Amino acid sequence: MMKTRLNAGHLVAVLAVAGLLALPLYSALSGNIFVLTLFTRIVIMALAAASLNLIMGYGGMMSFGHAAYLGIGGYAVGILAQEGIGSGFIQFPVALLASALFALVIGALSLRTRGVYFIMITLAFAQMAYYVASGLARYGGDDGLTIYKRSDFSGLINLSSRVQFYYLCLACLLLTVFLIWRIVNSRFGMVVRGLRSNEQRMQAIGFPAKRYQLVCFVIAGTLCGLAGALLANNTDFVSPAVMYWTRSGDLMVMVILGGMATLFGPVVGAIVYLLLEEFLSQITEYWALIMGPLLLLIVLFGRGGIMGVLGRLSRG
Amino acid sequence: MAEPLLRVDNLVRRFGGIVATDHVCLDVGRGELHAIIGPNGAGKTTLISQLTGHLAPHAGSIHLDGRDISALPAWRRCGLGLARSFQITSLLPDFTAADNVALAVQAHAGHSFRFFANARKEARLREAAHAALERVGLGHRADVVVAKLSHGEQRELELAVALASRPQLLLLDEPMAGLGVTESARMVKLLKELRREVAIVLVEHDMEAVFALADRISVLVYGRVIASGAPDAIRQNDEVKRAYLGDQHVVTHHG
Repeated sequence: MMKTRLNAGHLVAVLAVAGLLALPLYSALSGNIFVLTLFTRIVIMALAAASLNLIMGYGGMMSFGHAAYLGIGGYAVGILAQEGIGSGFIQFPVALLASALFALVIGALSLRTRGVYFIMITLAFAQMAYYVASGLARYGGDDGLTIYKRSDFSGLINLSSRVQFYYLCLACLLLTVFLIWRIVNSRFGMVVRGLRSNEQRMQAIGFPAKRYQLVCFVIAGTLCGLAGALLANNTDFVSPAVMYWTRSGDLMVMVILGGMATLFGPVVGAIVYLLLEEFLSQITEYWALIMGPLLLLIVLFGRGGIMGVLGRLSRG
Repeated sequence: MAEPLLRVDNLVRRFGGIVATDHVCLDVGRGELHAIIGPNGAGKTTLISQLTGHLAPHAGSIHLDGRDISALPAWRRCGLGLARSFQITSLLPDFTAADNVALAVQAHAGHSFRFFANARKEARLREAAHAALERVGLGHRADVVVAKLSHGEQRELELAVALASRPQLLLLDEPMAGLGVTESARMVKLLKELRREVAIVLVEHDMEAVFALADRISVLVYGRVIASGAPDAIRQNDEVKRAYLGDQHVVTHHG
């Protein structure tokens, strides 16, 4: 990898973070509460996209079932709340653990395959999770599960406060990005990225590919489980729909749009994708008709996503 | 007799009806440079791939240093001291030369489940990587991305990567493939130096290089070893001449 030079991509990343940090201030001054709600969701989805980027962008593992962890994290919170366990100190660790275990099982099975088969099998497992959730009659089944009380972190933070909750989500996102930055430059990260680049070579110099990929898969699943737990709190609701394959597709699009294997690509991708969706759906009911071709153009002509284009622009 | 470093017994590998490796027996001693030659399609790469563990044999056994490694996966064999270079250059194209070598060092310097410290700042890995690069004459190209290296440099880098794992036995699959005259000469010179440090199995089409370097030569035709011996004996061998060398006059030219 080349030494990183400061480019337009970095500038955009800094601006994005500064904007996200200052958003509650804008919301308070303008009295626009909606923008804060919207961006809370964007920040959570950016967290999910960043976790997907770890396996898809850096690891070359095209998981088409990443939204499953949104559901698993969400249902962990929802089910515990339903059963009278409201403490976030229990709900969140359970959400992370459940996601990690699911990723461990799915990963161990899926990583026996490569390429298209890997895509299909991760998709299949996520759909399985979707149908299992639909069958949970006690927890709302198809209709989903309303969460009457947000995770209780009493003494520490109040999730029912819009601003506090927003900053919690943002802190989780920034911490995740920081963690991913450390990971991809560590010994472990070099191995995972090497495996994406040339698996045969990595095996030949003595790395057991699957172990490293599996651990990476579990880390990504766990981080996305965190996003799931936050998302359930944000909507006060969790339903099988968050796990549907189109949601996994949304996450993939955010990563590709922003720039695979770039640190802030998924964050920028999530912001642009969800803002576009919001904006276009206000103009017309058929917003997907505009969104589709727009994404196609970006993928066809903007290799490396937004961050890739910005990087090339500043190189001239 | 002492156990040879590498012992291959009656190795068989079929592809459908074709027997690509037909009861091959082979041994390589410590400090030996053993060349494998044979016409195109003789099964040289198939044989190498079975030695490295990228392809499973259907019968027979492979012993490294007295230990049966026939069923071990590639990465484990590498841990036991077996390193290879690929016929078709196989590197990490979007990493620098130094990164490529450093990863090979890393593979043999403890586990890599370290998630936090920057691997590129580990002096031990970087120093060993630079030493291996210097060894093959690529020291000045350390920070260049592999995709931007010339073909000849990539071949040399393949060698540096293989060396970085400090192997007992180096399997080189056509290291001269696609090299120009001067590059080839440099590679031969390099291999001459290396053979003093490590046993080498060399698969190569360049006969001049093979006869200049090898202690012993095995000739592979249609998956079978039809002759094995010192270069002079191979040159005189009638069956070899008929099957492979005779009508090309390659050997007599350079002999």
